[in-house]
Amino acid sequence: MSTTYALELKDVRKNFGKTEIIRGVNLAVEPGERVAVIGPNGAGKSTLFNLISGRFGPTSGDILLNGQRIQHKTPYEINRMGLARSFQITNIFPKLSVFENLRCAVLWSLGYKYTFFKFLSGLKDANERADQLLEMIRLDKKRDILAMNLTYAEQRALEIGVTIAGGADVILLDEPTAGMSKSETSRFIHLIKEVTVGKTLLTVEHDMGVVFGLADKIAVVVYGEVIAFDTPEAVRANAKVQEAYLGSSVADSQAGGH
Amino acid sequence: MAAVYKFKPYNVGRWIIWSAFAGILLMAPLVFTSNLSTTMLAQMGIAIIACLSYNMLLGQGGMLSFGHAVYTGLGSYMAIHALNAVSGGKLHIPVSVLPIVGGLSGMGFAVLLGWVTTRKSGTPFAMITLGVAELVFAMSLMFSEFFGGEAGVSGNRVAGEAFFGITYGPQIQVYYLIAAYTFVCVALMYAFTQTPLGRILNAVRDNPERVEFIGYNTQRVRYIAFIIAGFFAGIAGGLGALNFEIVTAEVVGAGRSGAYLLFTFLGGATFFFGPIIGAILMIIAFVLLSELTKAWLLYLGLIFLFMVMYAPGGIASLIMMNLRVAKFGKLRQIWTSYLGLGLTAFVMLAGAGAMIEMVYHLQLNSALGDTVKFMGATLNAKGLDSWFGCAFVMLTGLGLFELSRRQYMTEWGEIQTEIEKEIKRRETAV
Amino acid sequence: MEFFIISMLNGLSYGLLLFMLSSGLTLIFSMMGVLNFAHASFYMVGAYFGHTLTGWIGFWPALVIAPLLVGACGALFELITLRKVHPFGHVPELLVTFGLSYVALELVQLVWGRTAVEFPPPEILRSSAFTLINHSVNGLSVVWGTATADACVAADAAIRVVCSPFPATRGFMMLVALLMLLSLWLLLTRTRIGLVIQAALTHPEMAESLGHNVPRVFMLVFGAGTGLAGLAGVIGGSTFVTEPAMAATVGSVIFVVVVVGGMGSLSGAFLASVLIGVIQTFAVAIDYSFLTLAKDMGWALSAATQDNSFAKLTLSQVAPILPYLFLVLILIFRPKGLLGTREG
Repeated sequence: MSTTYALELKDVRKNFGKTEIIRGVNLAVEPGERVAVIGPNGAGKSTLFNLISGRFGPTSGDILLNGQRIQHKTPYEINRMGLARSFQITNIFPKLSVFENLRCAVLWSLGYKYTFFKFLSGLKDANERADQLLEMIRLDKKRDILAMNLTYAEQRALEIGVTIAGGADVILLDEPTAGMSKSETSRFIHLIKEVTVGKTLLTVEHDMGVVFGLADKIAVVVYGEVIAFDTPEAVRANAKVQEAYLGSSVADSQAGGH
Repeated sequence: MAAVYKFKPYNVGRWIIWSAFAGILLMAPLVFTSNLSTTMLAQMGIAIIACLSYNMLLGQGGMLSFGHAVYTGLGSYMAIHALNAVSGGKLHIPVSVLPIVGGLSGMGFAVLLGWVTTRKSGTPFAMITLGVAELVFAMSLMFSEFFGGEAGVSGNRVAGEAFFGITYGPQIQVYYLIAAYTFVCVALMYAFTQTPLGRILNAVRDNPERVEFIGYNTQRVRYIAFIIAGFFAGIAGGLGALNFEIVTAEVVGAGRSGAYLLFTFLGGATFFFGPIIGAILMIIAFVLLSELTKAWLLYLGLIFLFMVMYAPGGIASLIMMNLRVAKFGKLRQIWTSYLGLGLTAFVMLAGAGAMIEMVYHLQLNSALGDTVKFMGATLNAKGLDSWFGCAFVMLTGLGLFELSRRQYMTEWGEIQTEIEKEIKRRETAV
Repeated sequence: MEFFIISMLNGLSYGLLLFMLSSGLTLIFSMMGVLNFAHASFYMVGAYFGHTLTGWIGFWPALVIAPLLVGACGALFELITLRKVHPFGHVPELLVTFGLSYVALELVQLVWGRTAVEFPPPEILRSSAFTLINHSVNGLSVVWGTATADACVAADAAIRVVCSPFPATRGFMMLVALLMLLSLWLLLTRTRIGLVIQAALTHPEMAESLGHNVPRVFMLVFGAGTGLAGLAGVIGGSTFVTEPAMAATVGSVIFVVVVVGGMGSLSGAFLASVLIGVIQTFAVAIDYSFLTLAKDMGWALSAATQDNSFAKLTLSQVAPILPYLFLVLILIFRPKGLLGTREG
């Protein structure tokens, strides 16, 4: 009896012209698992996310979401099937207010589609859900501020909000804490843990402290391949990882603890 | 919940605004009673619908179209053919419903052509609209049965049965029909901005890529918006057919599409009411300004360039910015600057305008003699002293304007900083 | 046969003229992301400058100076207007060039009037480059220059002689266009700036982060692109007609060329220009309609069909819309354009 993996990658390859960026990635994530994707810069982590979320398609290989093939599907098709992603460079709707940003993100999942026969103000469930999200990401004080006028950390929070708004079961977060200070980061990780309860989470991270605190499993990506996918302790002890990755940061986290 | 500064009209305000709008539509011909005024008012109503439908694409959807006249124009053509069918007894619908025929045709053509057009976005979209517009215009010269050839298609709006004595013969009756349609269309188009599709359209404008990742097919969103805009464009076209009782190929021409773009942008694409201002200016320019001076297209082009460079949000944004300043009570600080700006700009433009008029006179009207009347003064287009005088006026004005402008910019900057501080203070105080 | 050859050459020359214009447009678009709506206006200005300068200093000096002047105007425009609008994004840039097209048209009409002006080609180009003589007995032969009068007249009623001249102006147009094409190719493949431009054609964002004096490069590129348009204007104006409407006639066609060829692809622009030039030139000369085709094929048509305006349309009447039809077809079947590598 095999469980359906929430997300499965089977020998995924991606070439850009003649350059192989992703060289045969195999990964199987159980539902509800929190996976941190780590690896040196240029290893292909963002590319993997782009492949999974449909920004572009793999040169070969299969990507399965809850057992269904999603490679070469459009981003909106994949999103409707239950996968959402955030972006490393904040990608929100600058001229809409915080509330509007969130409300837009919930519309499709609540079935409103392309309708122009209903007023936004009358959509009780959409408005309630948006308010709920607003409180979850702690931006209720900034409800009507235009997204472009938020601080950087607030925009990152909104980015997460927009990502989880649709209620997707599989969430991909691309360096959510990029550019944040230490205190902002720890608060943010707390937020992420709260809002992704019960969901399958994949997050690209560079901060090892975050990784070891947040993740059930760690996937180590080096030169377009997953060289290890195991519990944090196992990965820490993995010789290949210690060799391939910048050993200093692994050692630091071992020494520092958390 | 904590109170946060909002810059939105309250609901009571909304009722007031709409009632005032209806009131203006009703009263306008009673205030401006001349024949010319009524004609202009009628054309303004049509233009308002056309420009608002155009802004659905430009301001709300971020789609720059160079061929919107295709949809208003084809709506006109279908409406006038329908009118002729009514006159000929082949079609039995009231004349007042004909604009809807125009609307449905506009929508139909948008379904057809929009599918190809909205496959791309941004700059390629703009070029495709240009190509499609040229295609339709070129076809208008080929298929004379539908397009009427050089003479166009004429009709008589006094057709069918009179409705409570309304025959639509007199201009004033047509005006009130147009006014009714204008009110309803403006209300509907405003309502659209408050619907899910309307908001997602804005999201597509702001960040089309992100929209795909929240579950929406951006191409489909644009296509549907294009169709809806085509519907309202067709209504404007149908009203135009009734108003002028003749439709010629220029209604689908590049000039008209360009005018929609120019004036919608001038009025302000970023606010809902901007195109309304633009539409009114469009009619004033085409009817009055063109009579006043031969150089009006040059002035128009220069004003447009100026607006794109210094006020890309159009007149509407200028109004709103100053309303914000007024709301914070800072308008009296800066109104002297505005006065200075206005006066010096007036002097400078008077000088420049005089020279332009003299040049135009030499080019086009030299048979009428050498003198040009400009703002009450008589200038000799061939006289050196006139030229020197105007150049002097212009250069003085230019110098003073530059001084005035610098003063204004410093004051404006100060006011903006003060306002920002005040906003922050209000936010944190609660 | 000679009709085919001459039409082919005419079509090629027109296509090459279109390429001169669309290459400048593509370069500007690729380097700067700006679609120069006023590109055809610079073409018109080039023709008018050429006309005036020819009156002062002769055609050949004008051929060199007019494009330089136009390029200078373009660079000036970039400096005072486009640069200001650049931070607002691509749509305002497009709008600014749109506004310029109005202003340029009005200014040209102001200075030179609203009717066409005389801009004849120089003496040496007024005759034919060569003449094709189709002699029903002697076959096809080529005569350089214009054929003599008696060479074109049959000695006998039974013999048919048809003389088809190929205008020297057209030949010159092709020559200049090909020279321009060659220098462009050399510039792109052999020089450093050419390498940068090539990169910008497919990856504009990268070009921005290359550390060159970006504003100055923009000004140069815009000036060069518009200068090319000006050159095309001098040649086009002297070959065809110099009038205010010349901007409008060629303006929309070059946009079609750029979309059909593929945004940012110079080779695509070349292919599309030549294709559209040839097809249009042939179409204009062919008076075939569906009815004549049916007649030739021996099909019997009902009276209603025979009266149908669609059926009566000759190819020459349809010619003006062919480029736009082409555009629509490309968009349906191959939205990237013929040789496009970028998504718009």
